[in-house]
Amino acid sequence: MKTADICFHLKCDMEKSAKSVVASVCKKFDHDGIRIIDILREVQKRLGCINGDTMELLADELSSHRVEIEGLVSFYSFFSEEPKGNITIRLCDDIIDRFAGVKEIAGVFTDELGISMNETTADGIFSLEYTPCIGMSDQAPAALINDVVATNLTPRSARTLARNLKKNHDPSKLVKKRGDGNNAGRLINAMVRNNIRRKGEVLFADRISSGAGLRAALKRKPDEVIQDVRDSGLRGRGGAGFSTGLKWDLAARADAKERYVICNADEGEPGTFKDRVLLTERADLMFEGMTIAAYAIGSKKGILYLRAEYEYLLPYLESVLGKRRKAGRLGKNISGKKGFTFEIRIQLGAGAYICGEESSLISSCEGLRGEPKNRPPFPVEKGYLGHPTIVNNVETFCCAARILDKGAHWFSAIGTDESRGTKLLSIAGDCSKPGIYEMPFGMKVSDVLDMAGAEDPAIVQVGGASGEMIGRTAFNRRICFEDLPTGGSFMTFSSNRNVLSIVDYFLEFFIHESCGYCTPCRVGNVFLRERIQKVMNGFAEEADLEYLKDLSTTIMMTSRCGLGNTSPKPVVSSIAHFPIVYASLTRESTQGFQASFDIQSALAESRRIARRQSMIYDPVYGESSE
Amino acid sequence: MSKTVKFKIDGVKIKGRAGQTIMDAADDAGIYIPRLCDVEGLSPQGSCRVCTVKVNGRPAAACTQPLTEGMDVENDILEILNYRRDIIRMLLHEGNHLCPICEASGRCELQAMGYRLGILQPAKYPYLQPVRPIDASHPDILLDKNRCIRCGRCIRASKQIDGKNVFGYIGRGIHKGLGVNGRDLAGTNVHVSDKAVAPGTCPVGCIIRKGLGFHEPIGRRKFDKVPIGSDIENPESGRGK
Amino acid sequence: MKKKIATVSLAGCFGCHMSILDIDERILDLLKVAEFDKTPVNDLKKFTQRCDIGLIEGGCCNEENVHTLQEFRKNCDLLVAVGACAIMGGLPVMRNAIMNSEDPLRECLEEAYLNSSSVYNADNDIPNDPALPLILDKVYTCPEVVKIDYQIPGCPPSGDILWRTLIALINGVPADLPYGLIRYD
Ligand SMILES: Cc1cc2nc3c(=O)[nH]c(=O)nc-3n(C[C@H](O)[C@H](O)[C@H](O)COP(=O)(O)O)c2cc1C
Ligand code: SF4
Ligand code: FES
Repeated sequence: MKTADICFHLKCDMEKSAKSVVASVCKKFDHDGIRIIDILREVQKRLGCINGDTMELLADELSSHRVEIEGLVSFYSFFSEEPKGNITIRLCDDIIDRFAGVKEIAGVFTDELGISMNETTADGIFSLEYTPCIGMSDQAPAALINDVVATNLTPRSARTLARNLKKNHDPSKLVKKRGDGNNAGRLINAMVRNNIRRKGEVLFADRISSGAGLRAALKRKPDEVIQDVRDSGLRGRGGAGFSTGLKWDLAARADAKERYVICNADEGEPGTFKDRVLLTERADLMFEGMTIAAYAIGSKKGILYLRAEYEYLLPYLESVLGKRRKAGRLGKNISGKKGFTFEIRIQLGAGAYICGEESSLISSCEGLRGEPKNRPPFPVEKGYLGHPTIVNNVETFCCAARILDKGAHWFSAIGTDESRGTKLLSIAGDCSKPGIYEMPFGMKVSDVLDMAGAEDPAIVQVGGASGEMIGRTAFNRRICFEDLPTGGSFMTFSSNRNVLSIVDYFLEFFIHESCGYCTPCRVGNVFLRERIQKVMNGFAEEADLEYLKDLSTTIMMTSRCGLGNTSPKPVVSSIAHFPIVYASLTRESTQGFQASFDIQSALAESRRIARRQSMIYDPVYGESSE
Repeated sequence: MSKTVKFKIDGVKIKGRAGQTIMDAADDAGIYIPRLCDVEGLSPQGSCRVCTVKVNGRPAAACTQPLTEGMDVENDILEILNYRRDIIRMLLHEGNHLCPICEASGRCELQAMGYRLGILQPAKYPYLQPVRPIDASHPDILLDKNRCIRCGRCIRASKQIDGKNVFGYIGRGIHKGLGVNGRDLAGTNVHVSDKAVAPGTCPVGCIIRKGLGFHEPIGRRKFDKVPIGSDIENPESGRGK
Repeated sequence: MKKKIATVSLAGCFGCHMSILDIDERILDLLKVAEFDKTPVNDLKKFTQRCDIGLIEGGCCNEENVHTLQEFRKNCDLLVAVGACAIMGGLPVMRNAIMNSEDPLRECLEEAYLNSSSVYNADNDIPNDPALPLILDKVYTCPEVVKIDYQIPGCPPSGDILWRTLIALINGVPADLPYGLIRYD
């Protein structure tokens, strides 16, 4: 069949089958409203969109309401009310990818497919769009083609790729050169590279015996396990750095029948990709950490929340779970321990950075819009479906498993006073050796830069979009909770990069990813970006910098969750660390006119429509009009 | 009777009850904490952030924060006043609020909050001037989403009081807005007697009763003479809640 | 020395100027401490001297509004945006939110002069006399075009708030505005 025929066929099929697709998908998930994200993912895949009619069908099947379904579809980026192509090409629009030339790559795709960004080809086969960081900053520019990852794109390789796709309509055929480690395995089968550049003794130690941590844990009482984790000094690796032992303790003490263990693999912070590598190479260790946590707090059920962008890892992760089940490390009477039962399910996300925030993540697991919950109560008291829940990062669970294996003392001997152990950094940007570095806490920024082969480093962003932007004078600061904390993101930029375009990118990101629940974050970030662009364009005055600081304070102080509490940080820290850049871009206006107001562009349309010049502002007439 | 909890607002000693929020305890004590999304009779949501106070030095939303023994709440201080002014300005600038032609003018809580907080200069921020269509499909009720401030009061009223689901949130970020459970409002099961569309549920002029426009003369409208919150500060003034 | 005041109506309806007249007999007290320069109140068309206070009614719809506003900025120490139109565009600004077609300005003109159901236009043409100032691509608020020092909200602001603000500005003290004077409608 020719392309057009196939497509026509598909379209008819779709209309006829919307009802049956909805019915069969809902049945597959037992009409369980909590699994609605999975249901919507599958319906989106099979129908190409979830339009008003489909929403109504879904609402009927699930005894829900159209507006609730619409609320979900319009919240998560991977759902669409408009028809999408069978193959969606998502170009990673991270700042690193921008500097690496994603715009050129976009040019190749628009050229080859004959559509603009955010459009779908007339035959309904291809959609083309940008998406925020997909966790491949060390191999930028990168793209997601359905669930296939393409990395290190060049205009040339992009063209070949586009042509291949046009020929065989099969993204899986794109994988020619597989990556290293498990990426090359049958189940992952991806071009992605791990780029592990430095191995430490905790996470990437060469010999880690599977099951050792769990065995050690099961020999002890649950509260002894928690005490071990407390003694190790382990703090959460997802960014906030809350004491893991304390979190487990609180959940264990909460009065409840059921408790939940959730692993946060949403990894959305721009420039972070270390969880992706752990999921690829240390999945077993991570599940082991979750199992230990379950034993410690008395939980029977766990969830791994996997960001939609990492869907390509799903078959592999399922197989690791399967092996653990077979080996008796999941299920009933785990490792022979009577009465200790634990199961893990994987919940895929649907494209929302805010779902990395723990209470939003819980909302998302519950089948709701990924909006944070009011606190108190905290998740350790009332989390998933109202049960006490611990949410920990992938790396945190891996560390916990190692702690039980090697002992709290072994772990706490590494690092600094308040930051024990090692930390994975995902280093990207202008450097010759981007990738994963496992190092003890307390490393100087300058040493990190040397290690990564940073080229003429001038701007370093530690901790991702919501982290701190520092300049050369601060390169002697240390990576640890007491100085410069990071969930893993470490981006270095050379002196020919523009500070303001980086700040502007981060604000664009936050505007896109704010859940919109609370006023200051929803609206304030838009105003921040407006003014940063005014600075970028050279139209700002010094008073605008005061305005920026003032507005930042309001947003940080009044926002409801961590996103708004930190989103102005790139603004505030860049003003503090790069005063000269800002000074060179601002000037006092002489006559009290707003430099940002441009009468010429304001008149352009009018001139065209009226077919005449301005009596006041066009030079020909200008003189005589006074 | 639940346990008494002692705490302070701006240095004044107050007794509340365990399980109450700061907002409820303050109301009982005749202290007004400015608010928009929170309203008597509906569960608090904590989204507008106008009720931000400082609790033991850290910001929190009074409408959702439970009382704890000995907590020190700061409400009427300049720092907080400035945050609240900024938030009201953000709301005024986010939508299209043309008070001169708005039917709700004079009883609008957003406008009244601007008056109470003394906002003389709403032009601090740029105006976003969004393009939002009007839904006039329903015979009795008009929805002008240009004025919606995303407080969710209609959504909660429909769910919690009417036992329906006429309204819901749709979209994300700056595009988060009000959706209706159908193609348009006429396609829902809303009834003019619903609490969701009753006067006073929508704090602004987004949900408007058709055929009843501008029925209160200027000078006799709710906030013409007394600032918003007066009913809480002087319960005996007759407007008590 | 008496303070010099200038006023102008840009894209406004002259309602704010009516409110200036609404200070009633207090205008005599005002004239003891201030004098009017360029203003429609006395029909003086040009600045005769530098002024202390400029009161602006209306936002900017066309190039002439912009030009006049810039002249005011050059000639006045303090600029006060008076009324909803000057501060946020007022009713004219509604065109910004409805103009979302491919060719928004043309759509706007055609709606106003040809298509609207209340239009009778036998010649079917859109006014385009060379003497007409060119219309801007959208309506701009005064603070978007020049720096504005103070604003007095209202549509129009009452004579009372104008009076109290003017006297406060002349005396260089903060205005005392009891509840009910600050109004956005
Ligand atoms: C906007 C936002 C996004 C977040 N994204 C992530 C994430 O992608 N991965 C993660 O582990 N933690 C993320 N967090 C932190 C989580 O809320 C939570 O603190 C963490 O998962 C707890 O685990 P830990 O203690 O092991 O770090 C995010 C927080 C915020 C406010
Ligand atoms: S700060 Fe507010 S709007 Fe922003 S993500 Fe958090 S809850 Fe949503
Ligand atoms: S009243 Fe508390 S957040 Fe709105």
